[in-house]
Amino acid sequence: MSQQENKIDEYRRRFLGKGAALVGAAALAPGVILHTIAHAKPADEAVTSKVRWGFLIDANKCAENCDACVRACDEENGITKFGRPQTDAQWIRKITLRNKQTNHSITLPMMCQHCAHPPCVDVCPTGASFKRADGIVLVDKHICIGCRYCMMACPYKARSFIHETVTGQAPDVPRGKGTVESCTLCVHRVDRGETPACAEACAKTQEGPAILFGDLNDPNSKIAKRLASEPSSAVRADFRLDPGVRYQGI
Amino acid sequence: MFSKPIQFIAQRPTLFAVMIIAACVVSVSALAAVPKPEIPKGKGDRCVEDTGFMRKNHMELLLHQRDETVHRGIRTKKHSLKECIDCHAVNDNQGQPVSHEDSKHFCVVCHEYASVKIDCFECHASKPRVKKAGQRL
Repeated sequence: MSQQENKIDEYRRRFLGKGAALVGAAALAPGVILHTIAHAKPADEAVTSKVRWGFLIDANKCAENCDACVRACDEENGITKFGRPQTDAQWIRKITLRNKQTNHSITLPMMCQHCAHPPCVDVCPTGASFKRADGIVLVDKHICIGCRYCMMACPYKARSFIHETVTGQAPDVPRGKGTVESCTLCVHRVDRGETPACAEACAKTQEGPAILFGDLNDPNSKIAKRLASEPSSAVRADFRLDPGVRYQGI
Repeated sequence: MFSKPIQFIAQRPTLFAVMIIAACVVSVSALAAVPKPEIPKGKGDRCVEDTGFMRKNHMELLLHQRDETVHRGIRTKKHSLKECIDCHAVNDNQGQPVSHEDSKHFCVVCHEYASVKIDCFECHASKPRVKKAGQRL
């Protein structure tokens, strides 16, 4: 009973809070609203939609024989393989595109595109597949029933199902049999103000940083400036999913 | 007229009473024979909450923190499973932290005693990560 009252109070408070925020926003002239997006948010603060995390991947700088990003991802997230490439989990993979007429080929890393309108979230029957306020698309494995509907819905083949018992997980990255998973944009690192492992590893390679990570919503961020000044494209832009991962040179 | 056991009770009430008492004594001594779990001490002076409160409510705290962390990105250390694991790590004879497959593991000690199966460690790491040089945990 008292719990229910608490809930009602909570809803009321939230509603009033939103109202106050609207009134406040209306009182301030547009553009005067101060944006203070610190890079490392305090641990006790929830993520907000002021930030939208994303990648800008320059395929021209992605070397064909380099898989530093894939290795860094496996290491960071404790992704163990069972020697079965058909079913082993992969959060990021290298793909090669070849123009059949000219034989010109490029390679690029492909992972969860962290769509603004993610089809995996639309189809999830339990609400396990969700988009965080800051644009990161995740699976809440506590409520994932392993139906794999999201895997079928994802046009980027970004998700994997864990078929076998997992041991030796990384403390920051819980993974277990019977659930679906995909690139988390290294959410545990992002939350403490670091960059995802793949971007960090890529920056250390000879060919230079092909993966740039940053806040797409912050006009002063490096990624937003480059997106504004250089051409880029989304993979299968025709789906209009507004992916947070954008590519150059494809 | 009476069935056999009831006839037995009716004819020898004293003997029956003695048998009942004996049965009770045997079951109580059987209970006492199960040793209380020896709960390993954690690091530091005290837990984030009172021991009694933790004993009764740790699962509620973990459940709450889990949703806060996964959905809202709140990563406070106070009620985080990772911190529990770090603080309550139990070492084996080689000085390495044991996993949940070992009966000495902090969580497992009580859960085996209470016969409550937990599935946290099917996904979550049950021991602290070995820190590499320059790595933040």
